[in-house]
Amino acid sequence: MDFPLLTIALLTPLVGALALAFVPKDEHKVIKSLSALFTGIPLLLTIYAYFTYDFAQGGMQFVEEVQWVKDLGITYIMAVDGISLPMLLLTNLIGFSAVFASWNIEKRPKTFFILLLILIAGVMGTFIAQDLFFFFLFYEVVVIPLYIMVIIWGSSKRVTKEYAGMKLTIYLLIGSALLLVGLLAMYLNAYPAGERTFLIESLQQANFSDEFQIFAFFLLLVGFGSLLSMFPFHSWSPDGYAGAPTAVSMIHAGVLKKIGGYGLIRIGILALPVGAKFWAPLIAVLAVANVAYAAMIALSQKDLKYVVGYSSVSHMGFVLIGLAAMNIIGINGAIAYMFAHGVMSALFFALIGHVYEKTHTRYIPDLGGLSHQMPRLAVGFMIAGMAALGLPGLISFVPEFTIFIGAFQEFPIMTVIAITGIIITALYTLRVLANVLFGPRRAELDKYRDLQGPEMVPLILLGAVIIVTGFFPALLMDMVNAGVEPLIGPLLDMLGDTPTIGGGF
Amino acid sequence: MNYSLLSTEMLMAALGIGLLVLTILSPREKGHQGIGYAAVFGMVAILVATSFQYGINETTFREIWIVDDFAVFMKQLFLVSAIFVTLSSLDYVRSLPKYHGEFFVMIIFATLGMMVMASANDLITLFVGMELMTVTFFVLVSFLLGNGRSSEAGIKYLILGATSSAIMLYGMSLLYGLTGTTIIPELVDGLTWSPALAVAVIMILAGFGFKIAAIPFHMWSPDIYEGAPTPITAFLAVASKAAGFAVMIRLFIQGVPVTTGVDWIVIIAGLAAITMIVGNVIAIPQTNIKRMLAYSSIAQAGYLLVGMMAADVAGIKSILFYAMIYVFANIGAFAVAIVVGKHLNSDKISDYAGLGQRQPLLAIVMTVSLLSLAGIPPLAGFVGKLYLFAAIMDQGVLWPAFIGFVMSMISVYYYLNVCLYMWRDDPKDDQPIHVSGAIKLTVVVSMVVTLVLGVYPQPLAEMANIAAKALF
Repeated sequence: MDFPLLTIALLTPLVGALALAFVPKDEHKVIKSLSALFTGIPLLLTIYAYFTYDFAQGGMQFVEEVQWVKDLGITYIMAVDGISLPMLLLTNLIGFSAVFASWNIEKRPKTFFILLLILIAGVMGTFIAQDLFFFFLFYEVVVIPLYIMVIIWGSSKRVTKEYAGMKLTIYLLIGSALLLVGLLAMYLNAYPAGERTFLIESLQQANFSDEFQIFAFFLLLVGFGSLLSMFPFHSWSPDGYAGAPTAVSMIHAGVLKKIGGYGLIRIGILALPVGAKFWAPLIAVLAVANVAYAAMIALSQKDLKYVVGYSSVSHMGFVLIGLAAMNIIGINGAIAYMFAHGVMSALFFALIGHVYEKTHTRYIPDLGGLSHQMPRLAVGFMIAGMAALGLPGLISFVPEFTIFIGAFQEFPIMTVIAITGIIITALYTLRVLANVLFGPRRAELDKYRDLQGPEMVPLILLGAVIIVTGFFPALLMDMVNAGVEPLIGPLLDMLGDTPTIGGGF
Repeated sequence: MNYSLLSTEMLMAALGIGLLVLTILSPREKGHQGIGYAAVFGMVAILVATSFQYGINETTFREIWIVDDFAVFMKQLFLVSAIFVTLSSLDYVRSLPKYHGEFFVMIIFATLGMMVMASANDLITLFVGMELMTVTFFVLVSFLLGNGRSSEAGIKYLILGATSSAIMLYGMSLLYGLTGTTIIPELVDGLTWSPALAVAVIMILAGFGFKIAAIPFHMWSPDIYEGAPTPITAFLAVASKAAGFAVMIRLFIQGVPVTTGVDWIVIIAGLAAITMIVGNVIAIPQTNIKRMLAYSSIAQAGYLLVGMMAADVAGIKSILFYAMIYVFANIGAFAVAIVVGKHLNSDKISDYAGLGQRQPLLAIVMTVSLLSLAGIPPLAGFVGKLYLFAAIMDQGVLWPAFIGFVMSMISVYYYLNVCLYMWRDDPKDDQPIHVSGAIKLTVVVSMVVTLVLGVYPQPLAEMANIAAKALF
């Protein structure tokens, strides 16, 4: 067996968590440096994997396979392809940044960083496990650390942190309960007893009946949809982000949500294509509801975190409509957009975290002219804001554009409505930027200092990714396309004229 | 007559009587902790002995006694829980007013009763074993002499337990009247559908429903769980329930299978659904940890009943698997409750505040145990539920899985509530909580097993599979 790169990347944060358990709890500096180290190693490994991925060969690479539980057909299999790799990279970028965004945590930092490392490992696992059992296992591993982090280090501004944490947890868990029934039904229906397997690849090749696919995909849609904050299962997301500490908001909005989109593609569309095709029009309608409805709400928010929270709900609509298109271009766009959105929302939350940490307010009318006191922060806000509204030359323009091209072929009217969402996004983003950053200098904010030292890391790292990928979109798009095209292409030929809900519209 | 099939029970009885004599002979002042250690070592030895009984599959005494893999598996489960209960009560007994040594002896006799139940192949033996267990529990539940709640619990358990035994016995007598035999596997030959059979099945189910605390036969459990000494609550929740399942499985799978005309699966399905829903919902507002665990254990019985619904090898295997991991998860939680309850003199959930900082080990074990009960991966409870619900889904029945998974996610609410107090709040006082070696051993073993079986369930799954196959 070759060098087990993925397993090492996965285990490093867990080893780190274990190591932290033995560090005295007053050694704050040591704890933080160790956390940075143990998130830095997987980041480097992932970057290495990203740039050595063999496009000519395609498919799953860096495969590690061990038979795990025989009577259930569970395999420990870690592998990445063009769909997983960007997600894995995203996880590690944000995980590493999140450590630095939490650099000033003074309350029980030991527990905090242990939980953060477990969280990062869990998210990483979902993207690289190619076995349904492990996928689900890692997915749920993240829920509990998340909850504990919200209730200890969260903030109770508009909703109490207990409320936020519990709402987040219950939504995700109820969604996952339905999801689990769907996954189990797939597992049981795919092969007769004795030959059953949780391998995602084998499930993709199983012959499910059309009725079953339609039924199972619906369960997956509700389960993954509530994770992706699909309308009408979105309401946990703004409240959850508002209550959560910075690092949790970053990881949650940045990568955790994307597990929903990733799961819908990897398991939903690839294993249940007929079901996906059937529900596609419904997804498109819900996607438009996401885009338009959440954007309208974001317009009227006065709390910074709520603005970004609703905007991230709204942006998930773009991902959904790209998926609903069910063609190579649309799905390419959806995956690339998940990456783009992850980077920019994480940057947003990191900077909001800094503002809140210093000024103890996120209320927009209380802020203003921050670019006088915090020029670096202002630069970061501008980068993230411009990326959010899809400015060409930044990371999200090309993915957004790709989504619309893909989706327009299938749902022209829906796509046009979704595109108007961009205008509303521009409206609220520019307004927030103007109100928070610009305007006359406010004397009462003079005592707050700018980002400095370790606090700069999220800004530099994520900002650089936004700009570089904006100028060289091929870095991202080629990788995604290498994953999507060989998998989705054959499906499309097979699907042909399968029925859709309501005959399509 | 093959007396060797009774060897483990004879050893157990000898251990119990021997320790009882020792208790009487030795001076009272010392607190009799030594009796506890002796009980633990004795039971570990017997546990080892039982592992040589796999693969025997024989009956003796004109078929009234059977040692098959199923019985052996269940006996091991009882012994494991008895060992852990004894370990975690080593310190606890010192707070009892008197009769410390007898406490451990009683635990041994209750376990003996359960072991007889597991090996009973006829209705009379089954009943004798069950009474041995139940009568011992009457004593154990009211062991906190001078404590009103404990005595109340004992009386309640006595009256309700006797009533349920009477109902079950009446059902059994009907079965005997219909078939002319009490040997369980022979019942099936003489049975045809008749209203009397339906009455018999319902009565027996009611009796078992009481033992496993399924709704609507659960009324006794919260009060008794709250009033009883905490180690005994753990023992009741874990072993007594598993013993109820053991005899229920044997009687209904081998003696009164659905083919005899009474479709008891419908009744079980109804019980399972209502138990999962109501048990979890009532657990939400509880403020006392023992009452919360009582309702949670009611809900757990509902999940186990789902495996009974499947009524095939996969279903029984899933029950056995789940029952075993349920032992470890529950023992972990109760062991923490024992220490905290003894130290703070309170079982209120709000008094768990700051346990995460005061005694991280206990808080971690409590969290892991509760989340395993809730069925959150990567803990063993998740795999257990996977087996349970996969068995019934495999027969094309989906609704139990929907109810089960959704209710178990709702159960996360009240389990996390405990975690909320333990991790969020600061401790009310900084006095360290003393944790004895025996408790440390108990909680660490239970946590490690829960974690390991969650990611690598293979060994236990294979054992459960062998045990389940013995019945078919």
